[in-house]
Amino acid sequence: MENVSKVYRDVRALDGVSITLEQGKIYGLLGRNGAGKTTLMSLLAAQGFASSGEISVFGEHPYENERVLSRICFIRESQKYPDDFKPEHAFKAAAIFYKNWDNALAMQLARDFQLPMKRRIKKLSRGQLSAVGVVIGLASRAELTFFDEPYLGLDAVARQLFYDRLLGDYAQFPRTIVLSSHLIDEVANMLEHVILIDKGKIILDDDAENIRGSAITLAGASARVESFAAARTVLHREHLGALTSLTLEGTLSPAERRAAAELGLELGPVSLQQLVIRKTLDAAGVEEPADSPDAARKNARMGASR
Amino acid sequence: MDLRSPALLRRVWGDPVIDDSKPIFVQIAELIENDIVDGVLAEESQVPSTNEFAAFHRINPATAAKGVNRLVDDGILYKRRGIGMFVATGARAAVIGRRREDFYEQFVRPMATEARKLGIDGEQLAAMLAREPGLGTQNMAGQREGAM
Repeated sequence: MENVSKVYRDVRALDGVSITLEQGKIYGLLGRNGAGKTTLMSLLAAQGFASSGEISVFGEHPYENERVLSRICFIRESQKYPDDFKPEHAFKAAAIFYKNWDNALAMQLARDFQLPMKRRIKKLSRGQLSAVGVVIGLASRAELTFFDEPYLGLDAVARQLFYDRLLGDYAQFPRTIVLSSHLIDEVANMLEHVILIDKGKIILDDDAENIRGSAITLAGASARVESFAAARTVLHREHLGALTSLTLEGTLSPAERRAAAELGLELGPVSLQQLVIRKTLDAAGVEEPADSPDAARKNARMGASR
Repeated sequence: MDLRSPALLRRVWGDPVIDDSKPIFVQIAELIENDIVDGVLAEESQVPSTNEFAAFHRINPATAAKGVNRLVDDGILYKRRGIGMFVATGARAAVIGRRREDFYEQFVRPMATEARKLGIDGEQLAAMLAREPGLGTQNMAGQREGAM
């Protein structure tokens, strides 16, 4: 995907996006609601046209291209099925379309998720509807599979079942999987690569392991924390009385860790979820609440300049 | 004590837990090393496959493989083509040797920092250590050997 933009009337859903998906990895596509995740996936799955830019999948243009499309599976958050369809019909249709379809796996998953095969999909609960999508997404074994928030209505047990089955089947049949999710903590450890999108732009595109070590929290007496962090990039700053907690970009060497410990400063890890929140808040330019010390200081400065 | 420390969680849940404190592949390598030190994984025994590690810890198989390969590079594990991964002879001594080198930095220094903060002096610290069974005159590794 090269410099792709997608404009809907007055909304720029994707803005100059360039990404490359490597074969055989599990990608996490993360971002807030309306960030452009679904648009990005539907363009790659040829379910929409880009306003500008180049898209190629398996080295070819995907549009109306049966060779490419039969290798792509896109599970939408709210997939629509024909009114009289039952899960068994949906699975039969998928079996015709996807050349790698594994019917035994589909039947096993349907049992695992306790799907009523003979009830009309219209009548299924939200969680059961999601389960239909999950079964199709896994059993299609498509070389490129998109799951767009596939967990709506699934309870914690069913989500765990999905994650376990996904990892298990992926280990046996490696393929490219793109998983979009708001439940970042739940999926973080399964991801090999993370793409973070905000307001139609890619703001992070890196291996999960690199991201994991890319920030650290530092907490302690304000003056000590600030002087320790003087030369570093501060992603976030919080105050509590005489204490300050900073989120810093980068890692600390063992010597720096020792120095921090001797100053009585606490070091802590930053989870992928926390980092995503920090990055998307920054990118959105969300103002600190007015009563926060940061905002107070900013206001004081602005007042002085007037 | 840090409530999120893996050691504590393992004691509470009886199950190794992956957290955010270090890269996951490092944690996988350390978990395998722990099992080698504890004798759960004997030398020349087969270790689980990377896919089994991935499924058990619910992590990406590529990450699990990275952790295992790190131990292969260190000579702790070795591959038998077409069969799997095995614990090398001498692995336990190698892991224990390296951990002893790290022991001062990892455990003694933080303990000393906390002790100073609380006003516990060296004598009191020594007295506390003496209360720990097996930390008297005998050395700990020797005792473990005997126990096994």
